[in-house]
Amino acid sequence: MNGIPVVAVVTPYTTATGLMDVLQATILVLVALGATAVVLTRAPTRQVIVLSVYGILLAVLFLAFQAPDVTLSELTVGAVALPILLLLTLAKVKGRQK
Amino acid sequence: MTPGQRRWLFLAAMACFGVLLVWGLAGLPGFGNYPGPYGDIINRVAVGQTNATGVVSAINFEYRGFDTVGEEFILFVAAAGVATVLRRLRGEREGPDRDEAAGREQVPTSKAVRTVALVLTGPAVVMGWYLASHAQASPSGGFQGGVVLATAFVLVYLAGQFLSFERISPVDLTDAVEALGAGGFAAVGITAVIMGLPYLQNFLPLGTVPGAVSSSGTIALISFFVGIEVAAAFVLIVGELLDQTLLVHEGSR
Repeated sequence: MNGIPVVAVVTPYTTATGLMDVLQATILVLVALGATAVVLTRAPTRQVIVLSVYGILLAVLFLAFQAPDVTLSELTVGAVALPILLLLTLAKVKGRQK
Repeated sequence: MTPGQRRWLFLAAMACFGVLLVWGLAGLPGFGNYPGPYGDIINRVAVGQTNATGVVSAINFEYRGFDTVGEEFILFVAAAGVATVLRRLRGEREGPDRDEAAGREQVPTSKAVRTVALVLTGPAVVMGWYLASHAQASPSGGFQGGVVLATAFVLVYLAGQFLSFERISPVDLTDAVEALGAGGFAAVGITAVIMGLPYLQNFLPLGTVPGAVSSSGTIALISFFVGIEVAAAFVLIVGELLDQTLLVHEGSR
């Protein structure tokens, strides 16, 4: 590593540690509740919507744990792309059942 | 096997699994503890070596670029697979006696949905391009940007109808763009080899200002290719599924 300039990375996200702990604990509990809600929802269409909300919760979790890039991936895939694919599949399956 | 026996088998298996899980959890390093040297080294040298302040992108498209090529082709193959499988089904379904949706009432799209979708389409395009083109500057990248771009097309479908979705994303064009994205990524790597460098070595000028849009050489270029590949793959998959769901719908009118 000799000769490589060292650049210190300063993040603007430094918050009081205690406050951050509370935030992280809260969102962890919310994610656990959200996952349970997804499993307990029985109607498929409704379940997809709950799953989408759960995706948003997960995205907030990743943000609280300082991974903004994973937050973006989770938002796009978990809250948008996956529900779209599932909804389309449900529409197709229901159309065939009639 | 009677239900009683099955329950006991389940309880025994669950107890074993529970013990393993607790044992594993007890051996984990402390919360937030990071023992490895690799991440610390990357954090120290990445900006200096690549001129990319989006260090995650620097890792994805530079240090671990070869892994990302693999991921890229997973999505490429998945989209190709969806297109292949659903194409066969469509041929089967076009027989005359399978008009499932005949006489089905079409629910008109509400004005609220249309307005929201229309208002969001422009920002989705801008946001997608911003994310895909700023991988080197901030936590973003071609993958996230590509999916956001693809949602813009889905919004057009929501605001208008399937026909306009097909008109703005003809399958041939989407296929070509997807292939261009996936092939472009691989070509960047091979160009390095042709220049006598290791595969995917950064061969473009890194720029002078760390984190500038024009900085970081191939990281920005690869992010662009990933962006259009991912956008095209998602548009293709959603388009195929919409086709499946709505084709009969359209055909019966």
